[in-house]
Amino acid sequence: MEKYGNMATNSGKEVVIKVENLSKTFRIPHEKTTTLKGAALGLFTKKRYEKFKALDDVSLEIKEGEFFGIIGRNGSGKSTLLKMLAGIYVPDSGKITINGKLSPFLELGVGFNPELTARENVFLGGAILGLRRSEISEKFDDIVRFAELEEFIDMKFKNFSSGMQVRLAFSLAINAHAEILLMDEVLAVGDSNFQAKCLDEFEDYKKRGKTVVLVTHNIDVVKKYCDRALLLRKGKVFDIGRADKISRQYIEQNVGDEIERTNTEATEEVNKEKNTGVEKVDILNQNQKAGTVFESGSAFFILVRYKIKTRVVNPVFGIVIRDASGKQIFVTNTEFKKVDTSKFDKGLVEVKYKIENILAPGHYSISPAIADSSGRILDWEDDLASFRVVNRDYESGGLVDLEHDIIISGGQK
Amino acid sequence: MFIKKLNYKYLGLIKELALTNFKLKYQGSVLGYLWSLVKPLMLFVVLYIVFTRILKIGASIPNYPVYLLLGVVMWGFFSELTAISLGAIVENGDLIRKVYFPRIVLVISVGITSFITFMLNLVVVFIFMAVLRIVPGLDVFLLLLVMFEFFVLTVGVSFFLSALFVKFRDIAHIWEVILSVLFYATPILYPLSMVPVTIGKIMLLNPAAQIIQDARYLLITNQTTTAWNTLSWKYVWIPYILPFIIFIIGYRYFNKSAAKFAEEV
Repeated sequence: MEKYGNMATNSGKEVVIKVENLSKTFRIPHEKTTTLKGAALGLFTKKRYEKFKALDDVSLEIKEGEFFGIIGRNGSGKSTLLKMLAGIYVPDSGKITINGKLSPFLELGVGFNPELTARENVFLGGAILGLRRSEISEKFDDIVRFAELEEFIDMKFKNFSSGMQVRLAFSLAINAHAEILLMDEVLAVGDSNFQAKCLDEFEDYKKRGKTVVLVTHNIDVVKKYCDRALLLRKGKVFDIGRADKISRQYIEQNVGDEIERTNTEATEEVNKEKNTGVEKVDILNQNQKAGTVFESGSAFFILVRYKIKTRVVNPVFGIVIRDASGKQIFVTNTEFKKVDTSKFDKGLVEVKYKIENILAPGHYSISPAIADSSGRILDWEDDLASFRVVNRDYESGGLVDLEHDIIISGGQK
Repeated sequence: MFIKKLNYKYLGLIKELALTNFKLKYQGSVLGYLWSLVKPLMLFVVLYIVFTRILKIGASIPNYPVYLLLGVVMWGFFSELTAISLGAIVENGDLIRKVYFPRIVLVISVGITSFITFMLNLVVVFIFMAVLRIVPGLDVFLLLLVMFEFFVLTVGVSFFLSALFVKFRDIAHIWEVILSVLFYATPILYPLSMVPVTIGKIMLLNPAAQIIQDARYLLITNQTTTAWNTLSWKYVWIPYILPFIIFIIGYRYFNKSAAKFAEEV
């Protein structure tokens, strides 16, 4: 970590954090050798390592006074990135430049010792956060007051309730003098009253022009407080931009991943079926392209592939579409629709459903089935695939997205 | 020195950590810090009875009990500090994974508590010297140099151990064994005169032995076998230089490993 004097950019605001082509790989041994014997023996056997590339060529710039969010799925590298900014990990390649005093809050109450009193812990914790003793003394009363712990300040920390402990830790963190704050999902703390207080502090930070880097899963927080954000995906920069844009991308990414995961699982499971049954489900948009997100108001296709093992005569093919809460939204099958199905010998059958999408935005699942002519169910795969519906250009709610117009008469123009 | 430059900013943290360490050491005990005084006192009583009344080993050396006590107290510092520093990094793993500060701060703050204990123990030794009217010679100021060398040795070894322990947990057991062996290989409980001359000379190559004997010479009695009055010029520099070499290598090794502590601990 180096400190530069002045890194002014075109916009006039200084760059306070600059990350250039940062990469970090962790070597995770399959069996952690912490003994000499292990290390000695390890010379003779091939060591099995798993190289995990936590960060891959990450670059970003954070300007003074920005409230910058870092979001991404678990394992995307957010915490690693934050720890590298805090100086806890050392880069394998790339450079980090920090211009200003940094206060990391990767966890609240770092260094707090249960055997010490609350007062002693404030001084200890403050020293760990980089405060001088004189600074801590100055702010001591404010810290205690914010945490609402005036009467308990000389009590042993271990006798505090967890809520009190968290309040003190957060209060110390908030009052620590810093120009740049690094925070790692420390938002889910305390009761609602306290949470409100904490969120007020964030507003305060924004007003005071402090630079904040926040790692979080909470999209609402990103949208409300962050100016810009970074979306990390598998250690790489997926996108950096305005908070609302990044939030949207994050949601889509999450759902997409979820759908992909269930679909992949589904395909793997179903393929093992020995009997006649559903093999695969694909969902296509109006251009016959596979996807998982569809706009209401256009058509989409559900393609179900069945594998026939023994001859069936006049089978019934059908699907059930359920919403996120599991309610059946729509059921159809070849019998209802009076579609002729004839004889099918051993082989593959593809059944295509063309659907005009009038569903409201949300998540839905598809459960395909096949039954024989007497109605006996040969196979029914619940929630085999899922998809998401988004509005085209306006918002609406409920279960369906009906074609509609709204006309107003009366009133003043 | 480079250490001071690095840690000026973190002096406050070192102080707080050392303070916490000290508070916690005697937490809940009735005597509290007084134990640092009572322990050497009690030790002296035991040593006196055993070595003067029962075993009569050190008859050749005047003021043998205090002679003994000084050696035991000094060895105590060496063994305590090295053993405690061993775990300094690993035990504070939580801290290391969450905040940045030069990791050496942990070893230093742990050292301060042991140092304070050592000073208190020395006070007891001085008290006994006064009671028994042992007056050191004018060269007693050289004791400062001896002590300096002693700290350099002890701290140097501590750097090594604390960094090694992160990677190899057996170092704890290995060091325990080495300490035991060293304890008997150093003439602490017995006078060097009891040992055959050649072996005695080899023993004095050990910096710990040299240091303890020098301290005894300067403080207690001139009738002490020391490195400089026994070893030839060819070898006499060995024990005096070793602590500094150990310190430099230990310091370098520690700093090199420090970057990876957060990942490994």
